[in-house]
Amino acid sequence: MTHSTTSATALYDIPGPVTRKRHFTYGVISTAVIVALLGWILYLLFDTDQFTSEKWTPFTYKGIQELLLRGLGNTLKAFAYAAVLSLALGALLAVGRLSDHGPVRWISTLLVEFFRAMPVLVMIFFIFVALKVQPLPALVAGLTLYNGSVLAEVFRTGINSVERGQREAAFALGMRKTQVTTHVLAPQAVRAMLPTIISQLVVALKDTSLGYLITYEEFLHAGKLIASNLDYDLPFIPVVMVISPIYIGMCMLLSWFATWVARRQRRNPKTEGTGVAAAEPGTVLPGRLG
Amino acid sequence: MDVLTENWSLYGEGFLGTVELTVYASILALVLGFVMASFRVAPVGSLRMIGTVWVAVLRNTPLTLLFFAVLLGLPRFGLVLPFQVFAVLALGCYTSAFICEALRSGINTVPTGQGEAARSLGMSFGQTLGNVVLPQAFRSVIPPVGSTLIALAKNSAIAGAFSVTELLGTYKTLNELGYSIIWSFVWIAVGYLIITLAISALFNVLEKRWGVAR
Repeated sequence: MTHSTTSATALYDIPGPVTRKRHFTYGVISTAVIVALLGWILYLLFDTDQFTSEKWTPFTYKGIQELLLRGLGNTLKAFAYAAVLSLALGALLAVGRLSDHGPVRWISTLLVEFFRAMPVLVMIFFIFVALKVQPLPALVAGLTLYNGSVLAEVFRTGINSVERGQREAAFALGMRKTQVTTHVLAPQAVRAMLPTIISQLVVALKDTSLGYLITYEEFLHAGKLIASNLDYDLPFIPVVMVISPIYIGMCMLLSWFATWVARRQRRNPKTEGTGVAAAEPGTVLPGRLG
Repeated sequence: MDVLTENWSLYGEGFLGTVELTVYASILALVLGFVMASFRVAPVGSLRMIGTVWVAVLRNTPLTLLFFAVLLGLPRFGLVLPFQVFAVLALGCYTSAFICEALRSGINTVPTGQGEAARSLGMSFGQTLGNVVLPQAFRSVIPPVGSTLIALAKNSAIAGAFSVTELLGTYKTLNELGYSIIWSFVWIAVGYLIITLAISALFNVLEKRWGVAR
Protein backbone atom coordinates (compact mmCIF):
# COMPACT_ATOMS: atom_id res chain seq x y z
CA MET A 1 0.00 0.00 0.00
CA THR A 2 2.71 2.44 1.00
CA HIS A 3 4.64 2.00 -2.22
CA SER A 4 1.73 2.12 -4.61
CA THR A 5 0.61 5.48 -3.23
CA THR A 6 3.81 7.18 -4.36
CA SER A 7 3.44 6.12 -7.95
CA ALA A 8 -0.31 6.11 -8.39
CA THR A 9 -1.48 9.44 -7.08
CA ALA A 10 -2.40 12.58 -8.93
CA LEU A 11 -0.68 14.70 -6.32
CA TYR A 12 2.94 14.72 -7.46
CA ASP A 13 5.36 13.31 -9.99
CA ILE A 14 7.93 10.63 -9.32
CA PRO A 15 10.56 12.67 -7.42
CA GLY A 16 13.92 13.56 -8.95
CA PRO A 17 17.26 13.56 -7.10
CA VAL A 18 16.87 17.00 -5.50
CA THR A 19 13.32 16.33 -4.37
CA ARG A 20 14.31 12.95 -3.07
CA LYS A 21 17.01 14.56 -0.97
CA ARG A 22 14.48 17.06 0.37
CA HIS A 23 12.03 14.29 1.19
CA PHE A 24 14.81 12.49 2.98
CA THR A 25 15.39 15.57 5.15
CA TYR A 26 11.66 15.76 5.92
CA GLY A 27 11.75 12.09 6.77
CA VAL A 28 14.61 12.56 9.22
CA ILE A 29 12.90 15.51 10.88
CA SER A 30 9.55 13.73 11.25
CA THR A 31 11.22 10.57 12.53
CA ALA A 32 13.01 12.68 15.14
CA VAL A 33 9.70 14.24 16.17
CA ILE A 34 8.06 10.82 16.49
CA VAL A 35 10.94 9.42 18.50
CA ALA A 36 10.85 12.45 20.79
CA LEU A 37 7.11 12.02 21.27
CA LEU A 38 7.47 8.32 22.08
CA GLY A 39 10.31 9.14 24.45
CA TRP A 40 8.17 11.72 26.20
CA ILE A 41 5.34 9.19 26.63
CA LEU A 42 7.82 6.65 27.97
CA TYR A 43 9.17 9.28 30.36
CA LEU A 44 5.65 10.04 31.54
CA LEU A 45 5.05 6.33 32.12
CA PHE A 46 8.17 6.05 34.21
CA ASP A 47 7.57 9.35 35.93
CA THR A 48 4.15 8.25 37.16
CA ASP A 49 5.59 4.92 38.36
CA GLN A 50 3.77 2.65 35.94
CA PHE A 51 6.58 0.11 35.79
CA THR A 52 6.92 -0.68 39.46
CA SER A 53 6.95 -4.38 40.24
CA GLU A 54 4.00 -3.83 42.56
CA LYS A 55 1.77 -2.92 39.64
CA TRP A 56 2.91 -5.76 37.43
CA THR A 57 3.06 -8.66 39.90
CA PRO A 58 -0.69 -9.39 39.70
CA PHE A 59 -0.18 -10.69 36.17
CA THR A 60 2.03 -13.48 37.50
CA TYR A 61 -0.75 -14.86 39.71
CA LYS A 62 -2.63 -17.81 38.37
CA GLY A 63 -5.99 -16.55 39.58
CA ILE A 64 -5.60 -13.25 37.73
CA GLN A 65 -4.48 -14.98 34.56
CA GLU A 66 -7.50 -17.25 34.77
CA LEU A 67 -9.75 -14.24 35.33
CA LEU A 68 -8.39 -12.61 32.17
CA LEU A 69 -8.69 -15.81 30.16
CA ARG A 70 -12.24 -16.34 31.36
CA GLY A 71 -13.03 -12.76 30.26
CA LEU A 72 -11.47 -13.42 26.88
CA GLY A 73 -13.49 -16.62 26.58
CA ASN A 74 -16.69 -14.74 27.39
CA THR A 75 -15.87 -12.11 24.78
CA LEU A 76 -15.31 -14.78 22.15
CA LYS A 77 -18.48 -16.59 23.23
CA ALA A 78 -20.56 -13.44 22.80
CA PHE A 79 -18.89 -12.82 19.46
CA ALA A 80 -19.59 -16.36 18.22
CA TYR A 81 -23.27 -16.19 19.16
CA ALA A 82 -23.65 -12.70 17.72
CA ALA A 83 -21.87 -13.62 14.48
CA VAL A 84 -23.92 -16.74 13.80
CA LEU A 85 -27.23 -15.16 14.77
CA SER A 86 -26.64 -11.96 12.83
CA LEU A 87 -25.71 -13.91 9.71
CA ALA A 88 -28.99 -15.82 10.08
CA LEU A 89 -31.01 -12.66 10.75
CA GLY A 90 -29.26 -10.90 7.87
CA ALA A 91 -30.17 -13.70 5.48
CA LEU A 92 -33.75 -13.67 6.71
CA LEU A 93 -34.15 -9.90 6.35
CA ALA A 94 -32.44 -9.90 2.96
CA VAL A 95 -34.88 -12.55 1.73
CA GLY A 96 -37.67 -10.39 3.12
CA ARG A 97 -36.42 -7.31 1.31
CA LEU A 98 -36.13 -9.21 -1.98
CA SER A 99 -39.58 -10.77 -1.58
CA ASP A 100 -42.26 -10.48 -4.23
CA HIS A 101 -44.89 -9.79 -1.59
CA GLY A 102 -45.32 -6.11 -0.81
CA PRO A 103 -46.09 -6.26 2.95
CA VAL A 104 -43.15 -8.60 3.65
CA ARG A 105 -40.87 -6.25 1.77
CA TRP A 106 -42.16 -3.17 3.60
CA ILE A 107 -41.85 -4.74 7.03
CA SER A 108 -38.31 -5.94 6.41
CA THR A 109 -37.31 -2.58 4.97
CA LEU A 110 -38.74 -0.82 8.02
CA LEU A 111 -36.93 -3.17 10.42
CA VAL A 112 -33.62 -2.87 8.57
CA GLU A 113 -33.77 0.92 8.38
CA PHE A 114 -34.80 1.30 12.01
CA PHE A 115 -32.15 -0.97 13.47
CA ARG A 116 -29.45 0.57 11.35
CA ALA A 117 -30.39 4.07 12.46
CA MET A 118 -30.41 3.22 16.17
CA PRO A 119 -27.21 3.27 18.23
CA VAL A 120 -26.46 -0.34 19.07
CA LEU A 121 -25.92 0.64 22.70
CA VAL A 122 -29.48 2.01 22.98
CA MET A 123 -30.81 -1.35 21.83
CA ILE A 124 -28.59 -3.25 24.24
CA PHE A 125 -29.62 -1.02 27.15
CA PHE A 126 -33.26 -1.28 26.17
CA ILE A 127 -33.13 -5.07 26.14
CA PHE A 128 -31.10 -5.15 29.33
CA VAL A 129 -33.00 -2.56 31.38
CA ALA A 130 -36.53 -2.53 30.03
CA LEU A 131 -36.93 -6.20 29.16
CA LYS A 132 -34.83 -7.27 32.19
CA VAL A 133 -32.75 -9.81 30.26
CA GLN A 134 -29.47 -11.30 31.47
CA PRO A 135 -26.34 -9.49 30.24
CA LEU A 136 -25.17 -12.10 27.71
CA PRO A 137 -28.49 -12.54 25.87
CA ALA A 138 -29.02 -8.78 25.95
CA LEU A 139 -25.62 -8.12 24.42
CA VAL A 140 -26.04 -10.84 21.80
CA ALA A 141 -29.56 -9.70 20.93
CA GLY A 142 -28.48 -6.07 20.51
CA LEU A 143 -25.50 -6.98 18.38
CA THR A 144 -27.60 -9.38 16.32
CA LEU A 145 -30.31 -6.83 15.59
CA TYR A 146 -27.80 -4.19 14.48
CA ASN A 147 -25.32 -6.34 12.57
CA GLY A 148 -28.09 -8.50 11.14
CA SER A 149 -29.71 -5.42 9.62
CA VAL A 150 -26.43 -4.19 8.19
CA LEU A 151 -25.66 -7.66 6.82
CA ALA A 152 -29.14 -7.82 5.28
CA GLU A 153 -28.26 -4.76 3.23
CA VAL A 154 -24.91 -6.30 2.30
CA PHE A 155 -26.60 -9.51 1.15
CA ARG A 156 -29.22 -7.60 -0.78
CA THR A 157 -26.74 -5.43 -2.66
CA GLY A 158 -24.65 -8.54 -3.25
CA ILE A 159 -27.53 -10.42 -4.83
CA ASN A 160 -28.51 -7.38 -6.87
CA SER A 161 -24.97 -6.87 -8.08
CA VAL A 162 -24.81 -10.28 -9.77
CA GLU A 163 -24.88 -9.72 -13.51
CA ARG A 164 -28.40 -9.56 -14.95
CA GLY A 165 -27.68 -12.24 -17.52
CA GLN A 166 -27.16 -14.83 -14.79
CA ARG A 167 -30.64 -14.34 -13.40
CA GLU A 168 -32.23 -14.14 -16.82
CA ALA A 169 -30.49 -17.29 -18.01
CA ALA A 170 -31.62 -19.15 -14.91
CA PHE A 171 -35.22 -18.03 -15.36
CA ALA A 172 -35.02 -18.97 -19.03
CA LEU A 173 -34.03 -22.50 -17.99
CA GLY A 174 -37.34 -22.69 -16.14
CA MET A 175 -36.02 -22.34 -12.58
CA ARG A 176 -38.28 -20.93 -9.89
CA LYS A 177 -37.36 -17.75 -8.06
CA THR A 178 -36.19 -19.66 -4.99
CA GLN A 179 -34.04 -21.91 -7.13
CA VAL A 180 -32.58 -18.94 -8.99
CA THR A 181 -31.67 -17.26 -5.73
CA THR A 182 -30.24 -20.27 -3.92
CA HIS A 183 -28.51 -21.99 -6.83
CA VAL A 184 -27.39 -19.16 -9.06
CA LEU A 185 -27.38 -15.78 -7.36
CA ALA A 186 -26.52 -16.49 -3.72
CA PRO A 187 -23.36 -18.57 -4.35
CA GLN A 188 -21.87 -15.87 -6.56
CA ALA A 189 -23.03 -13.05 -4.30
CA VAL A 190 -21.63 -14.62 -1.14
CA ARG A 191 -18.21 -15.08 -2.73
CA ALA A 192 -18.11 -11.47 -3.78
CA MET A 193 -19.49 -10.24 -0.46
CA LEU A 194 -17.24 -12.31 1.76
CA PRO A 195 -14.74 -9.50 2.51
CA THR A 196 -17.56 -7.11 3.45
CA ILE A 197 -19.22 -9.76 5.59
CA ILE A 198 -15.97 -10.37 7.45
CA SER A 199 -15.38 -6.65 8.02
CA GLN A 200 -18.87 -6.42 9.46
CA LEU A 201 -17.96 -9.28 11.78
CA VAL A 202 -14.98 -7.19 12.93
CA VAL A 203 -17.52 -4.53 13.93
CA ALA A 204 -19.43 -7.17 15.88
CA LEU A 205 -16.24 -8.30 17.60
CA LYS A 206 -15.35 -4.73 18.55
CA ASP A 207 -18.87 -4.12 19.82
CA THR A 208 -18.80 -7.08 22.16
CA SER A 209 -16.83 -4.72 24.40
CA LEU A 210 -20.13 -2.87 24.95
CA GLY A 211 -20.96 -5.77 27.22
CA TYR A 212 -18.67 -4.09 29.75
CA LEU A 213 -21.26 -1.32 30.11
CA ILE A 214 -24.03 -3.76 31.07
CA THR A 215 -21.78 -5.67 33.50
CA TYR A 216 -21.31 -8.68 31.24
CA GLU A 217 -18.15 -10.35 32.51
CA GLU A 218 -16.09 -10.04 29.36
CA PHE A 219 -12.46 -9.15 28.77
CA LEU A 220 -12.64 -5.45 29.57
CA HIS A 221 -14.67 -6.19 32.68
CA ALA A 222 -11.97 -8.57 33.91
CA GLY A 223 -9.41 -5.84 33.27
CA LYS A 224 -11.46 -3.34 35.24
CA LEU A 225 -11.61 -5.71 38.19
CA ILE A 226 -7.83 -5.96 38.29
CA ALA A 227 -7.32 -2.27 37.66
CA SER A 228 -9.46 -1.19 40.58
CA ASN A 229 -7.65 -3.42 43.05
CA LEU A 230 -6.04 -1.35 45.78
CA ASP A 231 -3.73 -4.19 46.84
CA TYR A 232 -1.76 -3.81 43.66
CA ASP A 233 -1.64 0.01 43.78
CA LEU A 234 -4.39 0.42 41.14
CA PRO A 235 -2.51 -1.01 38.14
CA PHE A 236 -4.67 0.76 35.60
CA ILE A 237 -2.10 1.59 32.92
CA PRO A 238 -0.50 -1.89 33.07
CA VAL A 239 -3.94 -3.43 32.60
CA VAL A 240 -4.60 -1.24 29.56
CA MET A 241 -1.16 -2.13 28.23
CA VAL A 242 -1.95 -5.83 28.56
CA ILE A 243 -5.54 -5.79 27.36
CA SER A 244 -5.44 -3.46 24.38
CA PRO A 245 -2.81 -5.34 22.33
CA ILE A 246 -4.86 -8.52 22.67
CA TYR A 247 -8.13 -6.80 21.77
CA ILE A 248 -6.65 -4.82 18.88
CA GLY A 249 -4.67 -7.84 17.72
CA MET A 250 -7.82 -9.98 17.48
CA CYS A 251 -9.65 -7.34 15.45
CA MET A 252 -6.61 -6.73 13.23
CA LEU A 253 -6.28 -10.43 12.52
CA LEU A 254 -9.90 -10.57 11.39
CA SER A 255 -9.49 -7.37 9.34
CA TRP A 256 -6.41 -8.74 7.64
CA PHE A 257 -8.29 -11.91 6.88
CA ALA A 258 -10.94 -9.79 5.17
CA THR A 259 -8.31 -7.97 3.08
CA TRP A 260 -6.65 -11.27 2.22
CA VAL A 261 -9.95 -12.75 1.08
CA ALA A 262 -10.64 -9.62 -0.94
CA ARG A 263 -7.26 -9.83 -2.65
CA ARG A 264 -7.80 -13.47 -3.49
CA GLN A 265 -11.26 -12.72 -4.85
CA ARG A 266 -9.87 -10.25 -7.31
CA ARG A 267 -7.95 -13.00 -9.06
CA ASN A 268 -10.71 -15.58 -8.78
CA PRO A 269 -12.56 -16.32 -12.06
CA LYS A 270 -15.55 -17.64 -10.09
CA THR A 271 -16.57 -14.15 -8.99
CA GLU A 272 -16.32 -12.56 -12.42
CA GLY A 273 -20.06 -12.64 -12.98
CA THR A 274 -20.56 -10.30 -10.05
CA GLY A 275 -18.86 -7.27 -11.52
CA VAL A 276 -17.87 -4.57 -9.07
CA ALA A 277 -18.98 -5.70 -5.65
CA ALA A 278 -20.00 -2.33 -4.28
CA ALA A 279 -19.89 -2.89 -0.56
CA GLU A 280 -20.54 0.70 0.49
CA PRO A 281 -24.11 1.39 1.53
CA GLY A 282 -25.86 3.36 -1.15
CA THR A 283 -27.79 5.87 0.94
CA VAL A 284 -26.25 8.26 3.38
CA LEU A 285 -28.39 6.96 6.20
CA PRO A 286 -26.46 3.92 7.38
CA GLY A 287 -23.20 3.82 9.23
CA ARG A 288 -21.29 0.66 8.66
CA LEU A 289 -18.94 1.16 11.55
CA GLY A 290 -19.88 0.26 15.06
CA MET B 1 -46.30 10.73 26.22
CA ASP B 2 -46.19 12.19 29.74
CA VAL B 3 -42.59 11.14 30.09
CA LEU B 4 -41.53 13.62 27.44
CA THR B 5 -43.69 16.57 28.48
CA GLU B 6 -42.95 16.25 32.20
CA ASN B 7 -39.21 15.87 31.70
CA TRP B 8 -38.78 18.28 28.87
CA SER B 9 -35.70 19.93 30.38
CA LEU B 10 -34.01 16.62 31.21
CA TYR B 11 -34.49 15.35 27.67
CA GLY B 12 -33.47 18.72 26.27
CA GLU B 13 -30.27 18.66 28.30
CA GLY B 14 -29.46 15.13 27.14
CA PHE B 15 -30.30 15.95 23.55
CA LEU B 16 -28.10 19.05 23.61
CA GLY B 17 -25.33 17.02 25.23
CA THR B 18 -25.42 14.51 22.39
CA VAL B 19 -25.52 17.29 19.79
CA GLU B 20 -22.56 19.04 21.41
CA LEU B 21 -20.55 15.83 21.63
CA THR B 22 -21.33 15.06 18.00
CA VAL B 23 -20.44 18.51 16.73
CA TYR B 24 -17.16 18.89 18.64
CA ALA B 25 -16.05 15.32 17.95
CA SER B 26 -16.95 15.76 14.26
CA ILE B 27 -14.79 18.86 14.01
CA LEU B 28 -11.89 17.09 15.73
CA ALA B 29 -12.36 13.98 13.56
CA LEU B 30 -12.49 15.99 10.33
CA VAL B 31 -9.36 18.01 11.17
CA LEU B 32 -7.40 15.02 12.45
CA GLY B 33 -8.66 12.83 9.62
CA PHE B 34 -7.53 15.43 7.09
CA VAL B 35 -4.07 15.64 8.66
CA MET B 36 -3.74 11.85 8.75
CA ALA B 37 -4.99 11.50 5.17
CA SER B 38 -2.38 14.01 4.01
CA PHE B 39 0.23 12.00 5.94
CA ARG B 40 -0.92 8.83 4.21
CA VAL B 41 -0.49 10.25 0.72
CA ALA B 42 2.71 12.17 1.55
CA PRO B 43 5.90 11.38 -0.33
CA VAL B 44 7.78 11.12 2.98
CA GLY B 45 7.99 7.53 4.18
CA SER B 46 7.91 8.13 7.91
CA LEU B 47 4.82 10.35 7.68
CA ARG B 48 3.10 7.68 5.64
CA MET B 49 3.92 5.20 8.33
CA ILE B 50 2.38 7.34 11.08
CA GLY B 51 -0.79 7.59 9.03
CA THR B 52 -0.91 3.87 8.35
CA VAL B 53 -0.32 2.91 11.98
CA TRP B 54 -2.86 5.47 13.22
CA VAL B 55 -5.56 4.10 10.93
CA ALA B 56 -4.73 0.42 11.45
CA VAL B 57 -4.72 0.73 15.24
CA LEU B 58 -7.72 2.99 15.73
CA ARG B 59 -9.92 1.20 13.23
CA ASN B 60 -9.38 -2.03 15.13
CA THR B 61 -9.78 -0.62 18.64
CA PRO B 62 -13.12 -1.23 20.32
CA LEU B 63 -14.51 2.20 21.14
CA THR B 64 -15.38 1.10 24.66
CA LEU B 65 -11.74 0.20 25.25
CA LEU B 66 -10.67 3.60 23.92
CA PHE B 67 -13.14 5.36 26.21
CA PHE B 68 -11.96 3.21 29.09
CA ALA B 69 -8.30 4.07 28.38
CA VAL B 70 -8.86 7.79 27.78
CA LEU B 71 -11.43 8.61 30.45
CA LEU B 72 -9.88 6.54 33.21
CA GLY B 73 -6.29 6.35 31.98
CA LEU B 74 -5.26 9.89 31.13
CA PRO B 75 -6.04 11.22 34.64
CA ARG B 76 -3.28 8.86 35.87
CA PHE B 77 -0.82 11.06 34.01
CA GLY B 78 -2.04 14.05 35.94
CA LEU B 79 -4.13 15.25 33.01
CA VAL B 80 -7.41 16.21 34.60
CA LEU B 81 -10.06 17.57 32.26
CA PRO B 82 -13.85 17.49 32.28
CA PHE B 83 -15.22 14.10 31.19
CA GLN B 84 -16.91 15.71 28.22
CA VAL B 85 -13.55 16.84 26.81
CA PHE B 86 -12.15 13.33 27.24
CA ALA B 87 -15.21 11.90 25.49
CA VAL B 88 -14.75 14.31 22.57
CA LEU B 89 -11.08 13.30 22.38
CA ALA B 90 -11.85 9.59 22.31
CA LEU B 91 -14.72 9.89 19.83
CA GLY B 92 -12.81 12.31 17.61
CA CYS B 93 -9.65 10.21 17.45
CA TYR B 94 -11.61 7.03 16.80
CA THR B 95 -13.66 8.57 14.00
CA SER B 96 -10.66 10.35 12.48
CA ALA B 97 -9.31 6.98 11.33
CA PHE B 98 -12.47 6.33 9.32
CA ILE B 99 -12.55 9.91 7.98
CA CYS B 100 -8.89 9.50 6.96
CA GLU B 101 -9.69 6.40 4.94
CA ALA B 102 -12.68 8.08 3.28
CA LEU B 103 -10.57 11.12 2.32
CA ARG B 104 -7.68 9.01 1.09
CA SER B 105 -9.84 6.89 -1.16
CA GLY B 106 -11.44 10.13 -2.38
CA ILE B 107 -8.03 11.50 -3.36
CA ASN B 108 -7.18 8.20 -5.03
CA THR B 109 -10.29 8.41 -7.22
CA VAL B 110 -8.82 11.49 -8.96
CA PRO B 111 -7.17 10.16 -12.12
CA THR B 112 -3.40 10.57 -12.31
CA GLY B 113 -3.83 12.37 -15.63
CA GLN B 114 -5.53 15.28 -13.88
CA GLY B 115 -2.46 16.01 -11.78
CA GLU B 116 -0.14 15.49 -14.71
CA ALA B 117 -2.17 17.86 -16.86
CA ALA B 118 -2.16 20.49 -14.10
CA ARG B 119 1.59 20.22 -13.67
CA SER B 120 2.23 20.36 -17.41
CA LEU B 121 0.27 23.63 -17.44
CA GLY B 122 2.88 24.91 -15.00
CA MET B 123 0.78 24.82 -11.84
CA SER B 124 2.64 24.63 -8.56
CA PHE B 125 1.98 21.89 -5.99
CA GLY B 126 -0.38 24.16 -4.05
CA GLN B 127 -2.31 25.07 -7.16
CA THR B 128 -2.56 21.47 -8.32
CA LEU B 129 -3.83 20.47 -4.90
CA GLY B 130 -6.21 23.38 -4.34
CA ASN B 131 -7.60 23.87 -7.83
CA VAL B 132 -7.54 20.44 -9.40
CA VAL B 133 -7.24 17.50 -7.03
CA LEU B 134 -9.12 18.50 -3.87
CA PRO B 135 -12.24 19.90 -5.59
CA GLN B 136 -12.66 16.61 -7.44
CA ALA B 137 -11.87 14.52 -4.40
CA PHE B 138 -14.34 16.54 -2.30
CA ARG B 139 -17.23 15.54 -4.55
CA SER B 140 -16.67 11.85 -4.12
CA VAL B 141 -16.07 11.88 -0.36
CA ILE B 142 -19.40 13.46 0.64
CA PRO B 143 -21.39 10.20 1.05
CA PRO B 144 -18.74 8.20 2.97
CA VAL B 145 -17.96 11.13 5.28
CA GLY B 146 -21.70 11.52 5.88
CA SER B 147 -22.15 7.93 6.94
CA THR B 148 -19.04 8.14 9.12
CA LEU B 149 -20.44 11.17 10.95
CA ILE B 150 -23.77 9.41 11.44
CA ALA B 151 -21.87 6.52 12.98
CA LEU B 152 -20.13 9.05 15.22
CA ALA B 153 -23.46 10.43 16.44
CA LYS B 154 -24.58 6.89 17.25
CA ASN B 155 -21.30 6.05 18.95
CA SER B 156 -21.62 9.08 21.21
CA ALA B 157 -24.13 7.00 23.19
CA ILE B 158 -21.16 5.19 24.74
CA ALA B 159 -20.12 8.46 26.40
CA GLY B 160 -23.39 8.40 28.33
CA ALA B 161 -22.37 5.18 30.00
CA PHE B 162 -19.19 6.92 31.18
CA SER B 163 -21.23 9.56 33.01
CA VAL B 164 -21.14 12.29 30.38
CA THR B 165 -24.42 14.16 30.02
CA GLU B 166 -26.08 12.90 26.86
CA LEU B 167 -29.30 11.41 25.59
CA LEU B 168 -28.94 7.75 26.51
CA GLY B 169 -27.90 8.64 30.08
CA THR B 170 -31.29 10.24 30.75
CA TYR B 171 -32.92 6.83 31.12
CA LYS B 172 -31.21 6.37 34.48
CA THR B 173 -32.71 9.49 36.04
CA LEU B 174 -36.11 8.72 34.56
CA ASN B 175 -35.90 5.20 35.86
CA GLU B 176 -35.18 6.47 39.36
CA LEU B 177 -38.10 8.90 39.11
CA GLY B 178 -40.32 5.89 38.41
CA TYR B 179 -41.38 6.59 34.85
CA SER B 180 -42.18 3.84 32.40
CA ILE B 181 -38.88 2.55 31.06
CA ILE B 182 -40.28 1.61 27.69
CA TRP B 183 -41.63 5.10 27.00
CA SER B 184 -38.47 6.81 28.15
CA PHE B 185 -36.53 4.63 25.69
CA VAL B 186 -38.99 5.43 22.92
CA TRP B 187 -38.24 9.14 23.31
CA ILE B 188 -34.50 8.48 23.50
CA ALA B 189 -34.80 6.56 20.22
CA VAL B 190 -36.73 9.45 18.68
CA GLY B 191 -33.97 11.83 19.78
CA TYR B 192 -31.29 9.76 18.08
CA LEU B 193 -33.42 9.42 14.96
CA ILE B 194 -33.75 13.22 14.81
CA ILE B 195 -29.99 13.65 15.01
CA THR B 196 -29.07 10.94 12.49
CA LEU B 197 -31.78 12.01 10.06
CA ALA B 198 -30.63 15.64 10.35
CA ILE B 199 -27.04 14.69 9.48
CA SER B 200 -28.31 12.50 6.67
CA ALA B 201 -30.45 15.37 5.31
CA LEU B 202 -27.51 17.78 5.52
CA PHE B 203 -25.28 15.45 3.54
CA ASN B 204 -28.03 14.78 1.01
CA VAL B 205 -28.17 18.54 0.40
CA LEU B 206 -24.37 18.67 0.06
CA GLU B 207 -24.47 15.69 -2.27
CA LYS B 208 -27.14 17.29 -4.43
CA ARG B 209 -25.28 20.57 -4.56
CA TRP B 210 -21.73 19.29 -5.14
CA GLY B 211 -21.83 15.53 -5.54
CA VAL B 212 -20.64 13.71 -8.64
CA ALA B 213 -23.41 13.46 -11.22
CA ARG B 214 -23.83 9.76 -11.83
